[in-house]
Amino acid sequence: MTVLTKKQRRPHILVTGAAGALAKQVIERLRETCSVVAVDAREQVDLGDEIPSYCVDFNQRSFEDLFRRYPFDGVIHLGRIRSSQLTRMRRYNANVLGTQKLLDLSHKYGIRRIVVLSTYHVYGAMAYNPALINESAPMKSAGLSADLIDSVELENLANIYLWRFPELNISILRPCNIVGPGVRNTMGTLLASHRAPVLAGFSPMMQFIHIDDMADAIVLAYKKPVRGIFNVAPEDWVAYQKALELCGCTRIPVPSVPPVLPRLISRALRLRSFPPYLMDFFKYPVVIDGRAFAKEFGFKPKRPLKEIFRFYRDNKTPL
Amino acid sequence: MSLASFLKSRLVPTKLDEQINRIRKPIGSLGYDPWGYNNETFKYGFSLAKPIYEKYFRTEAHGVEYIPAEGPVLIVGNHSGQLPIDGILVGYALASREKNPRIPRAMIERFFPTVPWLGNLLNEVGAALGDPVNCARMLANNEAIIVFPEGVRGSGKLYRDRYKLQRFGNGFIHLAMKYKAAIVPVGVVGCEETIPAIANIKPLAKALGAPYFPVAMPVILPAKVHLNFGPPMYFDDEDIPEERIDERVEQVKAEIDRLIAKGLKERKKVF
Repeated sequence: MTVLTKKQRRPHILVTGAAGALAKQVIERLRETCSVVAVDAREQVDLGDEIPSYCVDFNQRSFEDLFRRYPFDGVIHLGRIRSSQLTRMRRYNANVLGTQKLLDLSHKYGIRRIVVLSTYHVYGAMAYNPALINESAPMKSAGLSADLIDSVELENLANIYLWRFPELNISILRPCNIVGPGVRNTMGTLLASHRAPVLAGFSPMMQFIHIDDMADAIVLAYKKPVRGIFNVAPEDWVAYQKALELCGCTRIPVPSVPPVLPRLISRALRLRSFPPYLMDFFKYPVVIDGRAFAKEFGFKPKRPLKEIFRFYRDNKTPL
Repeated sequence: MSLASFLKSRLVPTKLDEQINRIRKPIGSLGYDPWGYNNETFKYGFSLAKPIYEKYFRTEAHGVEYIPAEGPVLIVGNHSGQLPIDGILVGYALASREKNPRIPRAMIERFFPTVPWLGNLLNEVGAALGDPVNCARMLANNEAIIVFPEGVRGSGKLYRDRYKLQRFGNGFIHLAMKYKAAIVPVGVVGCEETIPAIANIKPLAKALGAPYFPVAMPVILPAKVHLNFGPPMYFDDEDIPEERIDERVEQVKAEIDRLIAKGLKERKKVF
């Protein structure tokens, strides 16, 4: 009888970062089959009557009440604060200490599946990067930019829990640039703009994944409890300046030599969509190999690059 | 007709365009591969290389058919002449061969990716950063890669040291063994005479972040170039100590030396 009840019970999933476009897509895919609880540290989002939504900081004691109230089976942690947001200290508190709290509570309340969203930025952009970087490559970005330290620390932390508590079944996903409707990250903003800065003489290879494909990837990963770290990227590549051209952006060249010059310009003009800490990503390629994820989870992106760029070209309105 | 297609019709002859189109390449939906190769840029590069190969250096290539039609290949040659003209000529010979042409890939100095425009341009025509991981991934992708194990020791050497093979790195043998790649040796004769250098100003090179700074005439001389490819060499992937790897490197070096001697013998005059 107990077995039967357990089988019939809808799995309970905690989704963090619920105010983001990606989390909304993930929740949309899970709401039919799972009981989702949405959390965001920034705002309380309205996701309809059947999805409880909370605005809570992970570091607050009241966060544990959610675990007491709902019998969570899994956690999808999408609530990483991007490097363009808040100050370094506040990001560290939210991304590193907040994640630690989340993982501790997950362990305490017997969670059986955790998916953590990281970023390909952890590999760091430098001239000596080989192409098709796989998951065992070192995370160099902490040594290259202080603004990316919290992203690397978040991963390190998730890694420690991955090995120390195998029963948590942690998967860390490192996606390439997530773009598409509603995405407000740096790359999404650049592709959506009328004019986008480029470093004169540099057009590194980039990879883009449509937000719908990324949401599919997260749901696929959640459903198959395989521990590990996985890059998520389609097997398609394009040079940055070509991508801008296909999105209908006018390219504004920024002097690139000496390297300190574009950083100074970015700081002086406060270019939010061309931040100094990402400057090297506009100069050197960071091409990741997503084949391990595709093979393990049977993932095949459905939206080609042309479709992504056509969306941006046809919707040239400021976000 | 757009400006781009008009320029292409003038610059890229239909025959060359078709030659490139019939080569199978693992590229994405927009014509790029992970290392930045671009099919359209390659066509321009190929068209530009044709008169350089045929008219300027009047290149004579023998044995290019030794390069296998498919599978991972390392084309290993002697490096010379300050600029990587030898790489361009070897690459053109492979891409333009009548039967089973292939897109040549090349491993380039770590200095190039930091140079604006040039770094990207080299990537678009098939070159990639000379990193062992890059080379390994390319071999796993069944590419034909041109490598000069002498590196800057070879290209930056002075005229008085012409046709003397410098020390070879061992990395290429390790990679060939691991990925069961064929090693096709090539002896390049003529490139030493294209930019004869009499000295190297090391402090200036260091200040510019360049590997060397030659004292040479600011022109590329039209020396006649002979390329002699040798039969493919295969090495098993047994776990052997480094000194036996050295022996294998010496075998390849001896074969390249033989091919250089053949080229020098064939050469009637330098220009």
